[in-house]
Amino acid sequence: MGRARLVLRSVAPFLLSLPVLWLLQRASPPDVSIVLVSIAVNVILAVSLNVVNGFTGQFSIGHAAFMAVGAYTAALLTTGLADVQLLGLGEGASDGVIFLLALVAGMASASLAGLAVGIPSLRLRGDYLAIVTLGFGEIIRVVIENTRALGQATGISGLPAHTNVIWAGMGVVATVVMARRLLLSTQGRALLAIREDEVAAEAMGVDTVGWKVRAFVISAAFAGLAGALLVHKIQLVTPRMFTFVKSMEVVVMVVLGGMGSITGSIVAATVLTVALEWLRGLDQYRMVIFSMLLIVLMLTRPTGIFGTREIWEAVPRWLRRRGGAA
Amino acid sequence: MSGAGEPVLEARGVTMRFGGLTALGGFDLALRPGELVGLIGPNGAGKTTAFNALTGVYAPSEGEVRVCGQRANGLRPHRICALGVARTFQNVRLFKELTAFDNVRIACHAGSRSGFTSAWLLTPTHDAEERRIAERADAFLAVMELSHRRDELARNLPYGEQRRLEIARALATGPRVLCLDEPAAGMNASEKVALLELIRTVRDRFSLAILVIEHDMRLVLGVSERVLVLDHGVTIAHGRPEEVRRDPKVIEAYLGDGKLKLRPPRAGGGAG
Amino acid sequence: MTEFLQHVVNGVSLGTIYALIALGYTMVYGVLKLINFAHGDVYMASAFAGFYVASALGVRDDPTIGKALLVFLGAMAAAAALGFAIERFAYRPLRDRPRLTALITAIGVSFLLEYGFQLPSLQAQGRTFEEVLRGWGWGVPGWLHALVGALPADFPPGPTPRFFPEPFTRVDWTVLGGVHVSNYDLVSFLVAVGFMLVLQWIVYRTRFGRAMRAVSFDPRVAGLMGIPVNRVISLTFVLGSVLAAVAALLVAGSRPRIDPIMGLMPGLKAFVAAVFGGIGNVPGAMLGGIVLGLAEEMVAGYMVSSFRDGIAFAILILVLLLRPEGLLGRVTVEKV
Repeated sequence: MGRARLVLRSVAPFLLSLPVLWLLQRASPPDVSIVLVSIAVNVILAVSLNVVNGFTGQFSIGHAAFMAVGAYTAALLTTGLADVQLLGLGEGASDGVIFLLALVAGMASASLAGLAVGIPSLRLRGDYLAIVTLGFGEIIRVVIENTRALGQATGISGLPAHTNVIWAGMGVVATVVMARRLLLSTQGRALLAIREDEVAAEAMGVDTVGWKVRAFVISAAFAGLAGALLVHKIQLVTPRMFTFVKSMEVVVMVVLGGMGSITGSIVAATVLTVALEWLRGLDQYRMVIFSMLLIVLMLTRPTGIFGTREIWEAVPRWLRRRGGAA
Repeated sequence: MSGAGEPVLEARGVTMRFGGLTALGGFDLALRPGELVGLIGPNGAGKTTAFNALTGVYAPSEGEVRVCGQRANGLRPHRICALGVARTFQNVRLFKELTAFDNVRIACHAGSRSGFTSAWLLTPTHDAEERRIAERADAFLAVMELSHRRDELARNLPYGEQRRLEIARALATGPRVLCLDEPAAGMNASEKVALLELIRTVRDRFSLAILVIEHDMRLVLGVSERVLVLDHGVTIAHGRPEEVRRDPKVIEAYLGDGKLKLRPPRAGGGAG
Repeated sequence: MTEFLQHVVNGVSLGTIYALIALGYTMVYGVLKLINFAHGDVYMASAFAGFYVASALGVRDDPTIGKALLVFLGAMAAAAALGFAIERFAYRPLRDRPRLTALITAIGVSFLLEYGFQLPSLQAQGRTFEEVLRGWGWGVPGWLHALVGALPADFPPGPTPRFFPEPFTRVDWTVLGGVHVSNYDLVSFLVAVGFMLVLQWIVYRTRFGRAMRAVSFDPRVAGLMGIPVNRVISLTFVLGSVLAAVAALLVAGSRPRIDPIMGLMPGLKAFVAAVFGGIGNVPGAMLGGIVLGLAEEMVAGYMVSSFRDGIAFAILILVLLLRPEGLLGRVTVEKV
């Protein structure tokens, strides 16, 4: 294939989504727009957590903490650079570039957090790993709550409202493309092998600890993206947004959709976001219903809606044989 | 054909202790390119423990393991695999929810030059690597006569094919040494014979040294050039099959010393 | 020196409480290989059960030893029932499933209890059960009616804290030149140690205890040897829950404020204590509890007191990274 065609194939999903998202943005009144952004944020969280819990088969239940790291980093940048205008660009474009930088910075710091948590933890298995991720999650939140520069318990308010359907949607596209291309590649298969049988994978030359850490870091980075996007929609960032309950919500989305299924995570995140919104009127009963649903789900269908299946596997084989790209 | 050159896999005085139990004591081995060596012994003799010590699953409590001359003590299994040792497992450990093709493909991944980023960007290097790996995986499936099962989930394969798939997977790592842990377990007589012929062919075609644990004494004695016999962690005999088979210590290890008397059955029937 | 001794006294006192709760975690982990996230909430529920019994008996106005014993028994019975029910309906069906499934379920049960107890009672809403039934329009089986009738009108308690009545008058002594000890501390310590000794006896000197240990080694084989595994597991849960109830009541005596999320921190700390001592190991849980109690007191006393809760997390992370099997635990090697 020619150079140009290769590049095109690589960025095709982004190019194709852009006009769709732009139309969606124009067509949505503000209250719909906020729901769409919430859905997008949860989809990014669920798909990114799936990389660790679903693909690699690890127990990570502290995902909200990485969200927090990304959110706060981005918030600090956008508030800090609020009055800066880049040379040669109009105000809108300048804000856009700064926001992009903030998102990238959020992802970068979240991945560092993922590294800090992952390296020591990923020697542990199962329950123990879960507890450590939970512990680290709480520690990060407690540290934020006690840091004056981060606004402690009240957080930072007045964040610029950069996030719209386009930004959030592109975030989703980036996450899904990442997950899908990873899953189909041989490297991605190595993650699945670790899930299936870590001992055998190691014996076949897979550096299991290294890959687990890598998966963890990637997952954390995209959680950071989700966090950064979310807080720039609601224009506020507080530690209470990133509790263990939030982490569990994401775990439920991944389990409900089927661990290992990207399609499942997308569907479940959408369904659950809408359901939780709808239940908001029920106040205290919301969490009680949520926990009952969780128990019932575990007792009846722990493999989730989709198990490990994907929607693109329903496409006939001859299409698949044309090569696993895009 | 066999026995020439420096040993590809060596063990010198390898000892494995778990708490108070010495599972393996002073294990010595020198495996040369092209050799087919059998490791036998009654249940619990320490054969799999020896494998685990050689492949990095356990770090030896004492002694030294060398792969192609390089010291391999305490290296993690994936590093030892990179040095050229591949293995199969006593209880087949395939990636059950993945296809046969994927199972083999994963073993090709070590040594691949593309990483996560190129996978995401779909770079030409990535494409070329994926093609190369796919061809390689298909080739190994063909060698083990599993091409017709390429897209079948590993857990759906009949038992005999699962064992062959495990060997195909191990071969795909490009080893110098292949360690097979009871590769014929659960097979019937003719399947066993066919498998061992396959192993010999594989050895010749890929210039491997092969170490086989096998429970069926007659089988392994028939195909190995050399045999080591373990009992309670200790090497009680070592040599050519004909010699070992007649060694009284070996016979005793498998059949007991005859001192345990069984009660004769009661006249009216019932278990004795 | 007096200050140090005071911290020691407080630490041991606190530690025995953690030990009692930790025993529940460790026993359940031993037989089920499950971290029972809901254990801290059973502790909480027992406190409320005790509170409701105490209210019904009018303990606040007329405390007697007899009533105090009834409160104890009532809370222990409620805890036993709750523990039994959780195991039977939430965990037993998942016995053969992957551990993550059971873990998530445990978290679900924990949330259910915490949020469930924060719901407003019918009384708080100013409605009665009869009204609700009429609103629904359909009939309700007699047993359900009786069950709801038997529940305290004030249940669920809702998010506002309640205050446990004093079971007996508090007396403070000053010993060894400045160390404050109260009769509560003494009773608490003696009762806690007493129960721990009883448990130790049960686990190591009775047939049941042997059955428990057999199940913790290998449930399948234990079953094949004729041990009624389900019954053993149920009883283990009951035992652990009863100990949690004892802990809850001992705490409620000196710290009377109870609320639906009171189980969160003690539960977590007791869990850390269990892991520290070696999860699955009974003496380890006791040791871990005492050590954690002392550590927490020392940190709070000599360093920054707001890190009191943080010390538990820190110990947890350190233990899991440096010696995951805990002080008295066995290192398990996976058979390949």
